[in-house]
Amino acid sequence: MTTPTLERTVLRPLDPLATAVADVDGWPEAAPAPDDGTPTKTKELVIVDWSGDLDKIWPVLILSSTAAASGVRCRVFVTFWGLLPFVKDDKRIVGDNWMQKMLTLMQRPGIDHLKLSKMNFMGMGPWMMGTLRKQYNVASPRELLEAATAMGVEFIPCQMTMDMFGLKREDLIDEMGEPAGAATAIEIMTEADASLFI
Amino acid sequence: MTLQITQTLDARGLSCPMPIVKTAQAIKTIASGSLIEVLATDPGSVKDFAAWSRTTGNELVEQTTDGGVFRFVLRRK
Repeated sequence: MTTPTLERTVLRPLDPLATAVADVDGWPEAAPAPDDGTPTKTKELVIVDWSGDLDKIWPVLILSSTAAASGVRCRVFVTFWGLLPFVKDDKRIVGDNWMQKMLTLMQRPGIDHLKLSKMNFMGMGPWMMGTLRKQYNVASPRELLEAATAMGVEFIPCQMTMDMFGLKREDLIDEMGEPAGAATAIEIMTEADASLFI
Repeated sequence: MTLQITQTLDARGLSCPMPIVKTAQAIKTIASGSLIEVLATDPGSVKDFAAWSRTTGNELVEQTTDGGVFRFVLRRK
């Protein structure tokens, strides 16, 4: 039995995808608009943003801004740890009693002060992640948040978490929508074409 | 026949999802039926622009590669 030889070059320099695409004959047609007069429903995505970790809020912001860029209505229900990154920059300690203040004392709020869910190493992990991000010209959570809100992504804060954490509406960034509860989350999730819990 | 490009967006050096995000913003500034040209270096943009075209209905008219630079021509819906 002979060993089959590989006829094609496996590793091409720089851009194998580009080479593959150059071989494709023609491009798929864009989806034709139905001409029977019925209005097409806008596609909807709902994300429940539960985590305040850098490595979780990053995909939340990438997916929500890309959804908005793709003409998909995107709403993000922001709850529990997810709320802290949406606290305004000039707020350091928030809350009314000592337990609530302890939360933000131990976990600095704001979009620029995120921890990694793993390999945090007292901030060494996020610092390295930030350095790699700049090296590869990846948009930061702050840039993505600005793009997302500018393109109409709706961020809905969870009222119950706000109460429990001692967060007031004015503690959160102005771009956030009106606070709501679980029933609202259920309603928008069941109506959406896709929903995610991150 | 040369295509009548209305606007060029330079997204070279940017990583996912910024070429798409910037294209979505830029295409709003041109008239329906007009063409926008996007330059990108992110290899993932090849699949992403095709997907974005299908999702939004903005037609991907032309797609070329020159070295490491991908060029997309899109017609606004």
